[in-house]
Amino acid sequence: MLVCCFTPGMAERPTIETVSGSEEKLRLAGPWRLDQADRLAGEIARLRRPVKALDGGDISALDAAGALLLLRLADRFDIAPDAITLSDQHRALLDAVARAQAADDREPVVREARWRRLLAHVGEAVVETWTHGVQLLAFTGQTLVTLVKVLPNPRLWRPTATVHHMEQTGLDALPLVALLSFLIGAVVAFLGATVLRDFGAELFVVDLVAYAFLREMGVLLTAILLAGRTASAFTAQIGTMKSREEIDAMRTIGLDPVALLVIPRLTALLIMLPLLAVFAMLAGLLGGMLVALFSLGIPVEMYISRVYDSIELRHYLVGLVKAPLFALVIALVGCLEGFKVGGTAQSVGERTTSAVVQSITLVIVINAVAAVFFMEIGW
Amino acid sequence: MSEAPIAESPIAESPIAESPIVIRGLKNQFGSQVVHQGLDLEVQRGEILGVVGGSGTGKSVLMRTILGLRPPQGGQIEVFGQRIDRAGGLESLRRRSGVLFQDGALFSSLSVAENVEVPIKAQFPSLSARLRHELALLKIRLVGLSAEAAPKLPSELSGGMRKRAGLARALALDPELLFLDEPTAGLDPIGAAAFDDLLLTLKQSLGLTVFLITHDLDTLYAICDRIAVLGEKRILTIGPIDEVAAFDHDWVQNYFHGPRARAAQAARR
Repeated sequence: MLVCCFTPGMAERPTIETVSGSEEKLRLAGPWRLDQADRLAGEIARLRRPVKALDGGDISALDAAGALLLLRLADRFDIAPDAITLSDQHRALLDAVARAQAADDREPVVREARWRRLLAHVGEAVVETWTHGVQLLAFTGQTLVTLVKVLPNPRLWRPTATVHHMEQTGLDALPLVALLSFLIGAVVAFLGATVLRDFGAELFVVDLVAYAFLREMGVLLTAILLAGRTASAFTAQIGTMKSREEIDAMRTIGLDPVALLVIPRLTALLIMLPLLAVFAMLAGLLGGMLVALFSLGIPVEMYISRVYDSIELRHYLVGLVKAPLFALVIALVGCLEGFKVGGTAQSVGERTTSAVVQSITLVIVINAVAAVFFMEIGW
Repeated sequence: MSEAPIAESPIAESPIAESPIVIRGLKNQFGSQVVHQGLDLEVQRGEILGVVGGSGTGKSVLMRTILGLRPPQGGQIEVFGQRIDRAGGLESLRRRSGVLFQDGALFSSLSVAENVEVPIKAQFPSLSARLRHELALLKIRLVGLSAEAAPKLPSELSGGMRKRAGLARALALDPELLFLDEPTAGLDPIGAAAFDDLLLTLKQSLGLTVFLITHDLDTLYAICDRIAVLGEKRILTIGPIDEVAAFDHDWVQNYFHGPRARAAQAARR
């Protein structure tokens, strides 16, 4: 009985009782209100004997919930709502509720069973992934076509925007990329040292760090960081413009949003990601070098000459050749998700998350495929 | 019918017959900028009070202060005879009033029906889920939406439907007092007129008291019993629309006797 404690003096209960003398008439009294709705619904459900008339003249308070239950009671015994005895004030409310119910007699949509919803959800996800893929391919094509149109025509270049994005995506990211690569380089060296010391092969720590960073880690770390940092920024920037109808405004003026928004971002990232990757490689090697020096006692000169001796140029190229590909993926996913933003602020957030998840996933998948490919061709 | 029931006309005898909202000497201040100073206002039971005023006169601030969303710098506010800064005052306000914010302020992650169920769930957690859902559907229908709108998300609704859904949520607990912040702003004239009619019908059948902030002259003429004009940090004048329109003050004269006002007056039923 947790009702009733809010408004003192209202603790009376609603009642439904048969009128003595006429067995087929119910006398309703007390407050028929939301706070008593549960009790009333229970009592109505318990009524067994047929009833022909309802007297609600003693109902002390009626609200929409009470009116709904009263209508349900009347409906159960086939009594017309008009035949219920009620005070004028309650009559107005009951009529309003009855009108609202009658005006829309369509059945409320029933939610489907849980397993069907689960199945539908899985299906939707599959279809969505497929359409995402198709959309990304189409957008890639559209961007490349626009790029071909823009490149030979210097009047269409947007150097200011491009440089602005180069600063934002490249220069501003440099400290972060360098720091994280340095730390990972140190960690890789520590790992190598722990394993290789048992074999007395500490010097191979240099090979480990150099191979890892030149072939994989340098470019992969950069790409993952930029996927988180830049793809989300692109989506948020373009998405905000989309939700404020700026993109539509551009189109009506006769400007091409892809040429205006995507090409500068793509160009900036194509230039900056390889450069950042080179810095990441250097920072990683530096991290490894410091660990080698202080933890393994390998002098700096020996570290450098060992790198020269054991690493060929092709390892560096294998790493770097992936950089433009990653830049393309990050820029395109980021921009495309921005264009997919709908009208609401919420959808900017959703698309931004989706851009980060997609671009990081794609970067790692492409990197894995590339690793297998280069191994197979013996590089 | 031998034992005579105590109450013949129950509502009239039910606890509080005095004004649902009484404000005395209210002061609101942002930094050094005073918005309200010595503001007195009384909202009478069963009326639709339209609150008007130029931009920056603190209409929304007044509503937020009454709702206890913003503590005032001075003065006192009584709602249903209880001061809202005293224990129990806010609880009773929350249970007995509903609020429609400007764009509905529907919870964007919940469907319309779930939105309407939220206040019911919060105040009457013991109610069965089925009955709660049925009540939500009833409220959705009462505001003129069809049950098809119930499972939709707010983002899938038009502006007018969102306002109606917001009103359904405001009505979820069968409030005695309803706060509306520019309910017809952003609606087309036909939608706005339909919303006015809806408010009038609901007020008559549910016996609501309505605190209505609006810029819409049509709304003022069509449904408001009294108008309160905010200005110069207080209520400039309050009363039936004809009295208020005759009030001698520049802003009031411009507002009620500009070209738009004449059109609204002509359209008055």
